[in-house]
Amino acid sequence: MAVVFERTKLLTDKQFHYCPGCNHGIIHRLVAEALDELNLDGNVVGVAPVGCSVFAYDYFNCDMFEAAHGRAPAVATGIKRAKPDTLVFTYQGDGDLASIGTAEVVHAAHRGEKISTIFVNNAIYGMTGGQMAPTTLIGQRTTTSPYGRDEDWCGAPIKMCEMLAAVPDSYYIERCAVNNNANILKCKKAIKKAFQYQLEGKGFCMVEVLSTCPTNWGLSPVEAMKWLEDNMIPYYPLGVYKDKGASK
Amino acid sequence: MALTLMKGSEAIAEAAIRAGARFFFGYPITPQTEIPEYMSARMPEVGGCYLQAESEVAAINMVYGAAGTGARVITSSSSPGVSLKQEGISYCAGAQLPCVILNVMRGGPGLGSIQASQGDYWQGVKGGGNGDYHLLTYAPASIQEAIDIMSFAFDKAEKYRMPVLFLADGIIAQMMEPVEMPEMVDYKVDPEKKPWAATGWKPGDDPAKRAVINSLFINTEELSAHTDVLQAVYAEARKNEQMWETYKTEDAEIVITAFGTVARIAKSVVDELREEGVKVGLFRPIAVWPFPYDALAEVAGQDCVKALLDVEVNEGQMLEDVKLALAGVKPAHFFGHCGSQFPTIEEIRNKILAIKEGL
Repeated sequence: MAVVFERTKLLTDKQFHYCPGCNHGIIHRLVAEALDELNLDGNVVGVAPVGCSVFAYDYFNCDMFEAAHGRAPAVATGIKRAKPDTLVFTYQGDGDLASIGTAEVVHAAHRGEKISTIFVNNAIYGMTGGQMAPTTLIGQRTTTSPYGRDEDWCGAPIKMCEMLAAVPDSYYIERCAVNNNANILKCKKAIKKAFQYQLEGKGFCMVEVLSTCPTNWGLSPVEAMKWLEDNMIPYYPLGVYKDKGASK
Repeated sequence: MALTLMKGSEAIAEAAIRAGARFFFGYPITPQTEIPEYMSARMPEVGGCYLQAESEVAAINMVYGAAGTGARVITSSSSPGVSLKQEGISYCAGAQLPCVILNVMRGGPGLGSIQASQGDYWQGVKGGGNGDYHLLTYAPASIQEAIDIMSFAFDKAEKYRMPVLFLADGIIAQMMEPVEMPEMVDYKVDPEKKPWAATGWKPGDDPAKRAVINSLFINTEELSAHTDVLQAVYAEARKNEQMWETYKTEDAEIVITAFGTVARIAKSVVDELREEGVKVGLFRPIAVWPFPYDALAEVAGQDCVKALLDVEVNEGQMLEDVKLALAGVKPAHFFGHCGSQFPTIEEIRNKILAIKEGL
């Protein structure tokens, strides 16, 4: 009998701890499939963040590092410099990458560090229970913005793709979402491209993936996906922000 | 072998390279900037990696990454920069990563001064970062001693799977002395010897051998089991790694305790006063963690010893360990300046003579 679908080798058997409707499960699967298809034969190391995906080291079936909050790009830099032939990726959330870890990600991009960063943006701190993030939308209520995010008080949501695309030595920056089948396929293509560029020795690549957080948004999984489509995608437009490797 | 006149920072950097260090991540800060400068020129010559990080925070996390692959990795900084590294140092300790960290101490608190100091003793040996952990911590008193310690520092770090810290005051890094360099060690990562390192596990291999470099144990029982492992390592290091020097303590009436450069000033005081018939000796911890409590207790316990004088360039940080060793059996006096003002021979001398008067 022909095999039409099977477990991805780059994911362990460990059951995800993610909430119902959370997009991490889809994104993990896409990362693992892309790695699997590249036949890296052990030459892959991942770096997990602090946040909801803190236990990513239990799920990705390769050598893994757990980094301090926001420091994944620095840890990945150390790994990549020590093992230049190994594919090194970080998997980070928006609290991790866009707040406490901005220095690390900006300078990894600035050095043209040959690593790939998967940035999952759900506009909130999920693991600590739904606090305001730098990516929280204007007016969005969280446990630390109970009256809604006020731009005058704490600024407008930060746009990491736009920001990192402006850094001279970033190589490939794309924003995706996994809200429908077409976008899921696009997202996988983007992730795989980021990995391929790394294998070709190109510079820093980041794929931002917009993601839902039904639990902390206080919505059902279906409502959350609609909220993402109605609110997040208009503010965080999907698309390629930089691709130095694109055929001219 | 011929002696070479070398500046401390460059000698320490070269010694690290000869000990097999091939990765250096750092950030400029006075008075240790000559270390990254030397590394930036020397690492490419030996096929190594010098990388200037955007901050000390990033540098220690690069150490965490590279050390997790089994490589011999070193970083250096000075007091305010080492404060920034404390987060990563705690993670390295928690994840049991061998590495070497140099603190070329300058005056504090805050920006303090750029001159030498010993104000980071507590930070080095009593924690610094969060959680129950220790670092093998050495306080060299000469450039040669720093070189000698470096030649075994990586072996110790790997044996115990814990970071090694050099607490060197700025004088050690800035002065020049004639030194003898060890031969180059040919270090290669051996996955057999470092089964915990990320060396290329793949699906299908034994799942138990997949490298997970981590300090997170969310389940309380698992964290307890992990810290038990760390504590067992520290117990073993306490047993094996105490290092100290005694100087003319056999018949001493007053014993000076001091570490690093201050101990050299104290040694001159001992010689000077001995010529005048005053029986003074010196006890100098070389490893300040693990502290040589028993050895100091034995020296201080001699009938001839009437009092101790602890001398430091801080408020008396090591004095607390000295007092723990003495357990109240002998009186311990203190002399020192905070910040960066080193005690003179004259000052220590006068203090000893005053103590002697009161005996």
